[in-house]
Amino acid sequence: MSLDPTYLEYKRRRRGMDQDLYPWSNINDRPPIAWPSGKGVAVALFVNLEWFPITPADKPFRAPGHMQTAYPDFRHYTAREYGTRIGFYRMLDAFATAGARATIAVNAAIAERYPSIIADIVAGGHEIVAHSTDMNGTIATGIDEDVERRLIQDSLDTLERVSGTRPRGWQSIARSQSWNTPRLLTEAGVTYMCDWVNDDLPYEMATPAGSIINVPVNHELSDRQIITVQQQSADSFAEQIRDAYALFADESVRGGRMLTIQLTPYVMGLPFRISALETLLEWLARQPQAWFASTGDIVDGIAGVRN
Amino acid sequence: MNEGAEDPGLYDFNPWRARPKIEWPDGKSVAVWVSPNLEFYELDPAANPHRKSWPKPHPDVVGYSHRDYANRVGHWRMAETMEKHGFKGSVSLSVALCDHIPEVVENANALGWEFFSHGIYNTRYSYGMDEAQERAIIEDSIKTVREATGQTIRGWLAPALTHTPRTLDLIAEYGLTYTCDLYHDDQPQPVHVKSGQLISMPYSIEVNDHYGFFVYNMSPRDYADTLIRQYERLAAEGEACGTVMCIPLHSYLIAQPHRIRAFEEVLKHIAADGRAWITRSGDIAEHYLAQAGAGK
Repeated sequence: MSLDPTYLEYKRRRRGMDQDLYPWSNINDRPPIAWPSGKGVAVALFVNLEWFPITPADKPFRAPGHMQTAYPDFRHYTAREYGTRIGFYRMLDAFATAGARATIAVNAAIAERYPSIIADIVAGGHEIVAHSTDMNGTIATGIDEDVERRLIQDSLDTLERVSGTRPRGWQSIARSQSWNTPRLLTEAGVTYMCDWVNDDLPYEMATPAGSIINVPVNHELSDRQIITVQQQSADSFAEQIRDAYALFADESVRGGRMLTIQLTPYVMGLPFRISALETLLEWLARQPQAWFASTGDIVDGIAGVRN
Repeated sequence: MNEGAEDPGLYDFNPWRARPKIEWPDGKSVAVWVSPNLEFYELDPAANPHRKSWPKPHPDVVGYSHRDYANRVGHWRMAETMEKHGFKGSVSLSVALCDHIPEVVENANALGWEFFSHGIYNTRYSYGMDEAQERAIIEDSIKTVREATGQTIRGWLAPALTHTPRTLDLIAEYGLTYTCDLYHDDQPQPVHVKSGQLISMPYSIEVNDHYGFFVYNMSPRDYADTLIRQYERLAAEGEACGTVMCIPLHSYLIAQPHRIRAFEEVLKHIAADGRAWITRSGDIAEHYLAQAGAGK
């Protein structure tokens, strides 16, 4: 038994990273960040507002949360719609009560189908991040470059047309990218993306089309991960967020930190869970170091102190 | 090992009852070692026909960047917390980290941590290697760690837990004294090898943070409670015959902001208890081997 001899060649074994997108950096060695609010911890509430066609596509992959039974899967189609019709409004009310500016990552199909919800987001003062076309708009290596380019363009154009503002930020479905994605996003004029999860602060990536900021929206601190995947309670979710906040508040003597909380209307917007979120937001609003900021506010806040 | 046999013949049956007493220094009942995995994962590694590096098509953005969190943020937070409570790491090291991010290795070395090999990368697997290829990664490991840290590795944890039938014989032949790849006991135990002297160092799959969080889906506080229960039991049983407790960690998991403080309570608990010999894996191996009856 033996492996191909090239398996023991390590062409990218060298000082620094094994790719050219970004350099290594130690969070403690970077110039400290002072947020514009003067507070230590920027708290980004990051909602994924998604539309799942009842006809799921498996190329390049089926999105997490998508249809699961044989056609027609009324159960999952309508349960996701519940999040958009009801759960999301509970969240908007909770944000308003806490005085929180949030970030809403929106499928363009939501804007196309339900323009009034976009008007409600804008009226609430929240930021919209582009989140593909709909939940069949997944990206991975193998997707044709022109198809991916068009998908990004369609998402941005639709959200701009309905909301009145072109989104500055992007999040891919399941954070999945092709090798081309950072470059195509940059070419499309996107300022920042929220897919890579390797830090507690934004940093800059290089692409052949110029640079783009990555805002690491912690995928572990999401209601989908903690409640749906790990099967923990909404109260445990809230406790973990409070613990994370407390850690960041202490660390903020070294410079501003960022707590990101990813929320899903069809998960956290349910009647038996929403009060855990409301209580958490009220608690965060009382914390002396907490600054509710959108991901765009955070990107503006780190200008000049990246990497 | 006996390749192809139903029982690989790695060790003798040695039931928990009536073993010769193992004594740890200063009358401590349980030797506690913390094992941070300091790793490097490649974004687009060569393919091993026996196992995919990443479950998704490359680039697996979440898989890679979650692990990269360790070297940008996690290691520093974890190391500070351990140092604050007097715990030195025994590192299972992707030795290529010495080339990629020497700062992390230098930091661990300066803190007095011990290094053993966890392969070149955690994205390069031993499955299917011939003897010359496997010798190459062992020799590379010894040389790379020696040049980067001045330490001579004494132990082995196979990269991503991938082995060949000859791995244990080979590491013993190269003079390594312990393997962390066997999970059959709570005490060091001799392993049958062709040459040299090799012991099995109790590591743990079950209280590994990866298992805690991603197999058993524990909350951070549940995981901390699990470690304390593990410690309390082994400390009590170790009064009769010294036990070993290993806490295997990955800083991209344990050092996340929602987890590190719960874990810190575990370190505080163990440090304050008084029954623990808080030490490093190589020191446990040395002490055990020096005691009577620890031969092959």
